[in-house]
Amino acid sequence: MPREKRITYLINLSLIILLFAIITILEAAGIFAGYMMSILRLVTINIILATSLNITVGNLGQITLGHAGFMSIGAYTAGLFAKNIGLAGVPGYLIGLLLAGLFAALFGVAIGVPVLRLRGDYLAIVTLAFGEIIRVLIEYFDFTGGAQGLNGIPRMQNFTVMYFVAALSVALMYSIMTSRHGRAILSIREDEIASESSGINVTFYKTMAFTLSSFFAGIAGAMHAHNIGTIGAGDFGYNRSFDILVMVVLGGMGSFTGAVLSATVLTIVPEMLREFADYRMIIYSLLLIIIMIFRPEGLLGRKEFHITNVINRLKKKFGKSPPKPVSVSPKPDAAEKFDRTDSSSKGRGT
Amino acid sequence: MNFLLQLLNGLQIGSIYALVALGYTMVYGIALLINFAHGEIIMIGAYTVVFSIQLIFAGTDIPYVFAIIPTVIICTLVGMLIERLAYKPLRNSPRISNLITAIGVSLLLQNTMMKVFGAQSRSVPKIFDHKPIEVFGANISISTIVTIVVTLVLTISLQIFMKKTKYGKAMVATSEDYGAASLVGINVDSTLTLTFAIGSALAGVASLLYVSSYPQAAPLMGSMLGIKAFTAAVVGGIGLIPGAVLGGLILGILEALTKAFISSRLSDAIVFGLLILVLLIRPGGLLGEDHKEKV
Repeated sequence: MPREKRITYLINLSLIILLFAIITILEAAGIFAGYMMSILRLVTINIILATSLNITVGNLGQITLGHAGFMSIGAYTAGLFAKNIGLAGVPGYLIGLLLAGLFAALFGVAIGVPVLRLRGDYLAIVTLAFGEIIRVLIEYFDFTGGAQGLNGIPRMQNFTVMYFVAALSVALMYSIMTSRHGRAILSIREDEIASESSGINVTFYKTMAFTLSSFFAGIAGAMHAHNIGTIGAGDFGYNRSFDILVMVVLGGMGSFTGAVLSATVLTIVPEMLREFADYRMIIYSLLLIIIMIFRPEGLLGRKEFHITNVINRLKKKFGKSPPKPVSVSPKPDAAEKFDRTDSSSKGRGT
Repeated sequence: MNFLLQLLNGLQIGSIYALVALGYTMVYGIALLINFAHGEIIMIGAYTVVFSIQLIFAGTDIPYVFAIIPTVIICTLVGMLIERLAYKPLRNSPRISNLITAIGVSLLLQNTMMKVFGAQSRSVPKIFDHKPIEVFGANISISTIVTIVVTLVLTISLQIFMKKTKYGKAMVATSEDYGAASLVGINVDSTLTLTFAIGSALAGVASLLYVSSYPQAAPLMGSMLGIKAFTAAVVGGIGLIPGAVLGGLILGILEALTKAFISSRLSDAIVFGLLILVLLIRPGGLLGEDHKEKV
């Protein structure tokens, strides 16, 4: 591993721990009360949902409208696992999460293999249909609790665990997407025919992205199930899928930092503005249309926010030479802080 | 006998799906856009029926069927307005932006209506005030017959319009090759608006027929209806007028028979299962041809 990359990893890791420490201190000091912590738990779940949808919508460039369907599979898997087999404590929770992810990924493969051969728009409608099928089936069968939903799932509201699961998930998704496989997926987004003719197995990589996306959606669903303890098929309708889509579109399709940012903002702001809750969906939908007309690439576009680039810039400014010239975007304005994914110092190299 | 009755029920709801699917299929054929807001036009149509009956027709001698006039006008205007305001600025954007905008418009209409008129559904007065007709000992309601006949007539006239008139030919030309059509002097912009107008007008008719047998108007009524109608269009072969009708009828019959003989709760799953099955076997739909994309 080159030295520069090691430094980047170290900086990012320490920032993650620093953020966690700040939250813990604020909680201990009583500034973050129980309500605030419950919002932060939602934030961790939504971050995983948004980043995982970003893989399909942003990196692969295919619209899926059934993300909540995969989430529901994960939620029910974890819920049934905890209720029927039930291992205690954090290890049991993590095993449940993993199982939920694997099960959702299994469905992802089953749906993805046939459907991803179709052209883009069909995928949207088929995933939407799939989400509905899942919902109907969950309500139909008895072992899922039917229309009443599944109650009495062991609660697991440990913020530490949820925080680090979210951080690890995002880090995993990011590093896969900046690896060789990730770049293959990006090339499919740019031009499917060209990437196929340069030897990329398009169907394989499409399925891989889709499966990865559903794996993490399943994990988020499992966390959701353990967080609130009661789930029903109705929670995972397509309005939920749209919510996640709005997060991805707002943050910038193809940007992980954008997805994290907008998931955080779009979870906290509606909670703060409870009195305007009726207008939330109106504002969301207007926001979608306006963003598409005036800034179709979303707030961050495809750029990622890298803390190392900021540090390098600061170093340059204060006369110290950076360890190695890092590519900086040509625009001399604030956008310089951001760097494109493909030229970033992270990633595994071919 | 019961089977035949269910078949007729299926034909009725299938005709409504077909009318809605026509709008989807025409817009998709020309603009390559899944117009998610199309289902919401039906919802707006249903509300127009309710309010025009309450405000204009109640207390007069005019039959309620004439609510079709304001309904079609309002639906057409809303459809054209959506096209001008939301889709036209995105004419040259990637298709993914168009799709997201369509979703946005659909959510906007749903939630605005919910805010303005409340989430609860409003009941619609009986539109066809006529006794059921007795055929071979079975009662067939008048709205079933009207729905099937109206759909048949509208589909045939639409087909004639597309084949024989100047505007119809312009639409076909635009859907075949957007650039070439504008080169030979077709006003592509107004052709697109016309497409949205015709599709929305058909949706207006469909909304009156729908509430005549399911007499309720609710803010979210359009989304499932719209998705099913789009499913019908895809099953039949998107972009094709006969395909939309065939798909609609198949879907309607399948749904009615499932509800009657298997399980009413599973009907949605079976309808969407059919979509996935058809796309796997014939990706272009039942009547469509499978085009491989070339460089």
